[in-house]
Amino acid sequence: MPGKVLIVIPCYNEEASLPTLLPELLSTALPDGYQLEALIVNDCSKDNTSAVAKKHKATVIDLPVNLGIGGAVQTGILYARENDFDMAIQLDGDGQHPPKELLKLINHHIETGANVVIGSRFLEKKGFQSSFARRMGIKYFHWVNRLMTGAQIYDSTSGFRLFDRKAIKLASVSYPDEYPEPESLVVFSKAGLKVAEVPVIMAERQGGQSSIRHFGSLYYCFKVSLAMFFSFIRKP
Amino acid sequence: MLRIQIITIAVNILFILYISRLIVKGKLREEYAIVWIICTVFLLLFSFWTDGLELLRRLTGVVVAANLVFTGFIFAILVYLLHLSVVASKLYNDNKKLAQEIALLKEEFKKHLEEKK
Repeated sequence: MPGKVLIVIPCYNEEASLPTLLPELLSTALPDGYQLEALIVNDCSKDNTSAVAKKHKATVIDLPVNLGIGGAVQTGILYARENDFDMAIQLDGDGQHPPKELLKLINHHIETGANVVIGSRFLEKKGFQSSFARRMGIKYFHWVNRLMTGAQIYDSTSGFRLFDRKAIKLASVSYPDEYPEPESLVVFSKAGLKVAEVPVIMAERQGGQSSIRHFGSLYYCFKVSLAMFFSFIRKP
Repeated sequence: MLRIQIITIAVNILFILYISRLIVKGKLREEYAIVWIICTVFLLLFSFWTDGLELLRRLTGVVVAANLVFTGFIFAILVYLLHLSVVASKLYNDNKKLAQEIALLKEEFKKHLEEKK
């Protein structure tokens, strides 16, 4: 079944990495009958992200106020819903997610029909594996998620993920704002969507800084745990 | 009448006048003003009726009347702060939806303009 694929790239000051990322992405060969559109959601960047993206033939949505990663991704999802895309794939703008890896996500979706497919660094332990503290944090979320949803997701903080039509419909209405990755998994599982994970190889970021640093990581763990809990007890 | 009574009553009346002025000028929405008006009415009531506080103190079993006033007001302020957080959360959500709609519309509009060319 052929389909339209939207690549959602939330961006904040990514003018340095886009000139390599976008050509690589747009020249990626998809399975027969699939079309690809690259969408840059520019979350009020202070640099030339928007102009650079336009020059490289990406569709650009400029948010008028800074919404954070969750709001930016949701904007892309809304675009996918309104323009009738069959799937949306979130890809980070900093070069951590090599475009050729998205084929693995698409193929897994075609084979298994999973509603959400997550690209995981840890299933095959290849490529960039992140620091020890971060891996611990990710392991913790693996257990929290398992406790709440029963699903085995090893890389629940991965921002490399595919949404199918059902997931697009749900996420366009409810998607967390701040640090949305682990929490959204609880939301998806509770709505009865099938979440799957597929091994991918990630690179170290090419530019920019992680949004989670220093004391931020403690706040991150606490806030995400709380959000996951409330998503868990909330009626769908 | 005690001097302190006269002072509180005067301050209260000034406060009510200020709230009214804010409402008239459209700087304060009535729903938020209600809480402030109720608070000042309470203060005003007990400024005139000093025995009332003593009565409430005995009814609740509080030893010092001032503590009753503090506890009551701190609790009211906490509840009101919570209410303000709810308002802020709602505003955040509305703001997010508006920003997303505007961004999507702008993109669509640009597409239309380019098609026309």
